[in-house]
Amino acid sequence: MRKVAIYGKGGIGKSTTTQNTVAALAEMGRKVMIVGCDPKADSTRLLLHGLHQRTVLDTLREEGEDVELEDVLLGGFGGTLCTESGGPEPGVGCAGRGIITSINLLEQLGAYKEDKNLDYVFYDVLGDVVCGGFAMPIREGKAQEIYIVVSGEMMAMYAANNICKGIVKFAEAGGVRLGGLICNSRNVDNEREMIEELAKRLGTQMIHFVPRENMVQRAEINRKTVIDFDPKHPQADEYRTLAKKIDANDMFIVPKPMEIEELEKLLIDYGIAN
Amino acid sequence: MTLLRHTPLEIKDRKALSINPAKTCQPVGAMYAALGIHGCLPHSHGSQGCCAYHRSALTRHYKEPVSAATSSFTEGSSVFGGQANLLQAINNIFTVYEPDVIAVHTTCLSETIGDDVPQIADKARQDGKIPEGKFVVSASTPSYVGSHVTGFANMVMGTLKGFAEKTGKKNGKVNLIPGFVEPSDMEEIKRLAAAMGVKTILFPDTSGVLNGPLTGEYKMFPDGGTTVDELRSTGDSIGTLALGEWASADGAKYLDSTHKVPCKILDLPIGLKATDRFIDALRLISGRHVTDLITHERGQLVDMISDMHQYFYHKKVALVGDPDQVIALTEFLTSIDMCPVHIVTGTPGKKFEARIKEITKDSPFPVNIKSRGDMFLLHQWIKNDPVDLLIGNTYCKYIARDEDIPLIRHGFPIIDRVGHQYFPTVGYKGGLRLLEKILDALLTRIDRDASEDCFELAY
Repeated sequence: MRKVAIYGKGGIGKSTTTQNTVAALAEMGRKVMIVGCDPKADSTRLLLHGLHQRTVLDTLREEGEDVELEDVLLGGFGGTLCTESGGPEPGVGCAGRGIITSINLLEQLGAYKEDKNLDYVFYDVLGDVVCGGFAMPIREGKAQEIYIVVSGEMMAMYAANNICKGIVKFAEAGGVRLGGLICNSRNVDNEREMIEELAKRLGTQMIHFVPRENMVQRAEINRKTVIDFDPKHPQADEYRTLAKKIDANDMFIVPKPMEIEELEKLLIDYGIAN
Repeated sequence: MTLLRHTPLEIKDRKALSINPAKTCQPVGAMYAALGIHGCLPHSHGSQGCCAYHRSALTRHYKEPVSAATSSFTEGSSVFGGQANLLQAINNIFTVYEPDVIAVHTTCLSETIGDDVPQIADKARQDGKIPEGKFVVSASTPSYVGSHVTGFANMVMGTLKGFAEKTGKKNGKVNLIPGFVEPSDMEEIKRLAAAMGVKTILFPDTSGVLNGPLTGEYKMFPDGGTTVDELRSTGDSIGTLALGEWASADGAKYLDSTHKVPCKILDLPIGLKATDRFIDALRLISGRHVTDLITHERGQLVDMISDMHQYFYHKKVALVGDPDQVIALTEFLTSIDMCPVHIVTGTPGKKFEARIKEITKDSPFPVNIKSRGDMFLLHQWIKNDPVDLLIGNTYCKYIARDEDIPLIRHGFPIIDRVGHQYFPTVGYKGGLRLLEKILDALLTRIDRDASEDCFELAY
């Protein structure tokens, strides 16, 4: 079983990309579980055709310690298993602690047991790694490979570089490795070249360039992945390609985060200056 | 076999390690201050273990039951925030136990997840969970900041914030914030002010709460404590005397800046000079004369100092405790020609070291001073430069036993002796009691160690 964590700047399209990729993996016959680690609990909406109603933490709050796996694990598109950590409403409590609690609970309940015959577990993690809780999915014994969703926009690249700093820390202690950058295009000038160069500098690869396509939004409004909504659309093939690349990926490295000056220079060389 | 045999002679600089700390949690102080409000149930906003520990810390020191409620955080509360628990607690407490006031303090957990207690209390009010004429006050007391003294100061401040009103009509009273002292000390401070005919509002006032009589009838809310009406009236007082900068200054300054009640910050009135300053401040603020009774008590203290001076002279003392206590004690000991040489507090505050340095500047011996220190360091200092007397809380008994030094128990906590609840160490009478204890300790040692031909009958 491969455990994969997806990180990236808030709003970059992590959840959308993850679910479309997971749908493609499922289509390939892989058994996939997806764990949403965002208090908004919208990491599985497209696979479930609607918001997950009973998050792990909601259930814990209502039922106390007597949580059953069936209560929190739902079947989604293509035989995927979907669960959401959930968490507090904005401005109260501790979302980071929520992720720790939720992942521990899923482990206790045996969500990752051998008999589930899972090929993949995907952790879809909220925005930046702001505190220890959001690093829970990459602690020792959890996700071994990470993909960072990025675009050619400056702040997205900053965030990717920052996430790499977090990965280095955990890579030293445990076995977590960076599997590559996924470019979710924003139609920025020279975007593909810039992200390829960013990946090179970080010591990794741009595993796939996902072009911008309105079909993604159209499918989303219908609460579906593109693969589910319009399987013949070219964008569906993009996600299939990404899924195949991840399935075949064998490049796992400890990233070399860049200094801010170097990162800014990269942006100037490829972007703003032109 | 000595218990602290692993304490080495060589002192190494430590940054991240504290051994045998000379302080405890903020909520212990907050809970103690809250018990000085009449009809108040302290409430610990956090997990159950915090509340249990803080209650037992107080009970072990005062030998009285200490009631306090808790938000009983679960895993869920730490994730979703403690609002639901606190709202339900407020409702339950006012329904079941019917206190006048709930004084909520936070804990490390609720503080770290960012619970906003004033906002929750406000919601409780809007939801009608606080009955008419009942109150909820609060203080933020994370234990990773400061010490129990900080918690005391924060709860004093939180309570005054919650109650003090300014009607524009002066009440002719003086606010007295007594500091983190024993119930007996609070009683003594009230007695001295009353002896001068000064009307006061003493807050907090744990006398009659944590040193009450055994009557055969259990009262969840004992007769003592500052009443709600008195607390409200603090904004109309003619002035505030804050005793002890660490424990009392914040509250006094708040009344000064918000309600224009002028404040004066004094040392704890321990010993001759500090009590003189306290009495003089009372005289100035109230316009009352110092009465014969007070002059008489003062004379008695002066008499004992002069009678027994030869036994105090150049005796070396190691001293550990809360900053306000230790500052006042250092001054008292120095003034009777004793020599505090190792002085430690666990409570942070740079002013402490400067103040002690100033007081001991004419000492014939080198003086070691440390704020944020611990008892391990104090012990090392004693090993390197032995003393005749050790003054500190119960935890000092390990050092006293290992080094064979007489110990006077003073400060918080004292969990293996009694008396502190009933006999004050503040004021002139308190000074007499301290001297009695010091002499008893020193002379008992002389008697024990004297050879047969030097064994004296009279001192």
